[in-house]
Amino acid sequence: MAILSKKDTKLITDPLADNNPITIQVLGICSALAITADLKASLVMGIAVLFVMGVGNVVISLLRNLIPSKIRIIVQLIVVASLVIVVDQFLKAYAFELSKTLSVFIGLIITNCIIMGRFEAFALANGPYRSFLDGIGNALGYAVILILVGFFRELLGAGTLFGIPVLGDPIEKTGLFSTGYENNGFMLMPPMALIIVGLIIWVQRSRNKELIED
Amino acid sequence: MAVNTDKNSYTILFAIIMVVVVGSLLAFTASSLKPQIKENMRMEKQQNILYALGVNDNEGSGDITFVSTDKVANKFKTNVSEQLVLESKDGKIIGQMTRQEFMDSKDEGKGKEPYLIDVKKQQTRAKNGKSRFLPLFVGQQNGETVYIAPIRGKGLWDAIWGFIALDKDMVVKGAFFDHAAETPGLGSNIKQRYFMDDFYGEKLLSDSGVFKGIDVAKGNNDPKNEIKDDYEVDALAGATITGDGVSAMIKNDLKLYMPFFQELNTTIN
Repeated sequence: MAILSKKDTKLITDPLADNNPITIQVLGICSALAITADLKASLVMGIAVLFVMGVGNVVISLLRNLIPSKIRIIVQLIVVASLVIVVDQFLKAYAFELSKTLSVFIGLIITNCIIMGRFEAFALANGPYRSFLDGIGNALGYAVILILVGFFRELLGAGTLFGIPVLGDPIEKTGLFSTGYENNGFMLMPPMALIIVGLIIWVQRSRNKELIED
Repeated sequence: MAVNTDKNSYTILFAIIMVVVVGSLLAFTASSLKPQIKENMRMEKQQNILYALGVNDNEGSGDITFVSTDKVANKFKTNVSEQLVLESKDGKIIGQMTRQEFMDSKDEGKGKEPYLIDVKKQQTRAKNGKSRFLPLFVGQQNGETVYIAPIRGKGLWDAIWGFIALDKDMVVKGAFFDHAAETPGLGSNIKQRYFMDDFYGEKLLSDSGVFKGIDVAKGNNDPKNEIKDDYEVDALAGATITGDGVSAMIKNDLKLYMPFFQELNTTIN
């Protein structure tokens, strides 16, 4: 017997491709533009969102029959905000350098619409186990796009991956730089993230025509 | 048991319980992680001071790598030979303590190392008309004695601060800047090498000994920063207010140290 039933597996795999939160639902774009200038920040943001969404979805789902509908948005906001503060404090204590690079972005998780969107659309109507899977699935879908964008931006913008030079030294003109290749500084600017996300959306929709809306 | 979640009394009760639970959870997390966070910040301060002195693990030309955390305590001890504390009031220096004297002093030091002096608190003290303690770290760079002073000011969104290394003539021998929440990619670039390195060699005093400071200037026709006696460094595009904040904190905070350097030169000469 498989660990996950077919329906449950779909909760994880759907957001990775055909129902991706960024490319299909177009949620969480702001953070995808802001922090993807290098791969490390993208990866950590992905992990932080994974934690916040997994736990947050479970909490909301457990409370779903108790939350007064009049103040449900505020309750969701409190849950996200407190989880984010916990993540922030842990990073400051155990990954200080990283928390400095992520600085404002950790706080911005609160405004990540994927999280509120999944709370409202899924966790309020489903059990904790399925909500957990949905949270994990969507966070992974988000992380995949972030890492993909971060990979191209860091590679083409700075010639490095995770801070390690992979294309040679741009000042000493070694490796690829000896052929006259230059880093494209524009890749490090947020607009290029939008263009890369656009390209990913294009590729995805041209491979799966069903995703195209009329 | 079905609860009527639409009742006002229920809503209020739920809100109260929620706030209490979440509040205590956060308070618990914050207080249990506090010692570790404080320790990280203490080490970072040492790393920053060493960086301004020129002690770092930089590799490439754009790299900013501090001395690693396991070595920082040792390097700080060997490279920073003395931590002076000046007491300043109304732009005059009214007292001077060595590290030991400061740590032994009952009212302020209480065993605290001078590098842990909170510049923000000292600025508030000065604003309230009290005297202000100015820490000054003494080290060696290429056989020359340099003095490192902490500075602090306002950027666009939040605090910015830094450490400036000066020689006896108040010529900059190293600079480190950091910020709490400047705009990523714009104001946050004060933390980049190309900005910090521009300060090296800049003068703070005019030839006649008047304090001029350093302006973060737009369009100064010197983008490569080769002219070192124009009291200007090239500004960052899109970060006017942060840059003005950097100029202001250099002017306000370093000016207070001027009497110390004047005294230093009269004793040498």
